[in-house]
Amino acid sequence: MINTDICIIGAGPAGLAASIEAARYGAKVTLVDENHRAGGQLFKQIHKFFGSHNHQAGIRGFDIGENLLKEAIQLGVDIHLRTVAYGIFEEGIIGINDIDKQKNGLIKAKKTILATGAIENALPFNGWTKPGVMGAGAAQTLMNLYGLQPGKRVVMVGTGNVGLIVSYQLLQAGVEVVAIVEAAPKVTGYLVHSRKLLRSGVPIYTSTTVKEAKGQKGVDEVVIISLDEKFSPIKESEKVLGADTVCIAVGLSPLSELARLAGCDFSFIKALGGFVPKHDKDMKTTKNDVYVAGDIAGIEEASSAMEEGRLAGIAAAESLGLVETAKAKILKMEYENRLLELRQGVFGTGRREAKKELVKESEK
Amino acid sequence: MKIENHPILGKKEEKKKVMIIFEGKTIEAEEGDPVAVALMNAGIRDFRLTRKKGEPRGVYCAIGRCTDCMMTINGRANVRTCITPVEEGMIVERGKLSREGKTK
Repeated sequence: MINTDICIIGAGPAGLAASIEAARYGAKVTLVDENHRAGGQLFKQIHKFFGSHNHQAGIRGFDIGENLLKEAIQLGVDIHLRTVAYGIFEEGIIGINDIDKQKNGLIKAKKTILATGAIENALPFNGWTKPGVMGAGAAQTLMNLYGLQPGKRVVMVGTGNVGLIVSYQLLQAGVEVVAIVEAAPKVTGYLVHSRKLLRSGVPIYTSTTVKEAKGQKGVDEVVIISLDEKFSPIKESEKVLGADTVCIAVGLSPLSELARLAGCDFSFIKALGGFVPKHDKDMKTTKNDVYVAGDIAGIEEASSAMEEGRLAGIAAAESLGLVETAKAKILKMEYENRLLELRQGVFGTGRREAKKELVKESEK
Repeated sequence: MKIENHPILGKKEEKKKVMIIFEGKTIEAEEGDPVAVALMNAGIRDFRLTRKKGEPRGVYCAIGRCTDCMMTINGRANVRTCITPVEEGMIVERGKLSREGKTK
């Protein structure tokens, strides 16, 4: 059994930031991730980040990942890769499985931070299970991490920022984007992205969805159909597009199984992606020694995930008596302010209000 | 197909070649590639057939969450190919799901 002060599950932006923060104040930190490389989804984010200088704006995702990883290693964070956290039990016991050795083990932690991230939502239509239909994030992983074109001709479903950014990255990878379809009457992501795509000659069909993906072993053709104002398909408005790939970008859901196993209370908040563990301002769940950070605590962006990670990291270290309360207070305020800055504008306001509600509920 | 020249990621790095065996055929892969990437690069997209209806499935999430890309690797069933790196001489077969996690 591994004895540790703080066990962090998930080595993405939230988990890495939490590790760094806690380790900086002398906590013994054990970081667990099932992938063969730490960094979560940061390494596939080849675009420059938004926000201010504090949020590392203008720096590409993979460079941010590299910096975080370096810092975590320098601070002596004990990183266990290819290790699945399969369960969380009473008294801070976490069950782990080493994928390569096929061996189970246990970690006993005084505090646990769950930073497990999110999973892409699916969109069922006829043929959606065929090889060639994949999440937009999957396409991003294949091309940006492994240099593989996910297909030759792609239909993108969804014009949120993920759909738009991945479409543009598909073009950068030399893949043809045949069409982007959006069920809503308007593009839902930033117009700066959609205009870039339109200028590159990619057609964007609003009030349109995928009706069917056709093909024997995979996808050969994609049938799209127009929708009326009630989102009902309009008869005989089908269009057939030649494509071998459909990418689905219709949002993400928090990956919260471990919080369920831990017995945390949940709240359903649509603006945050569905069921999220209730947490207070310190990112502490309704279970005393369990914290959450990043997408598990509500779907946002990597920038916010890092700030939440820092919050959870400092709060956990503080609760172990490693940081003076007065000092912790100042740092926490700084991170909270940075989060507020990130939760501005068309996309941020809803999330800010939703987070406020979540914190209020957990403090009831 | 692999991307030869990327506007942001630059020219394709030369990596060590690794040979894997897919249903009797040798496939050239690159060190560090997950099995799923090596197969897709070789034009293979249908990774397994579903147990009841025999429908094809392939890569869906590419980050080890959805389990749609599972195959039989070196005799072990239900291996997530999208997060399993290639190894020299690895034997890869189309996944046959078994409840016990063993190949029949």
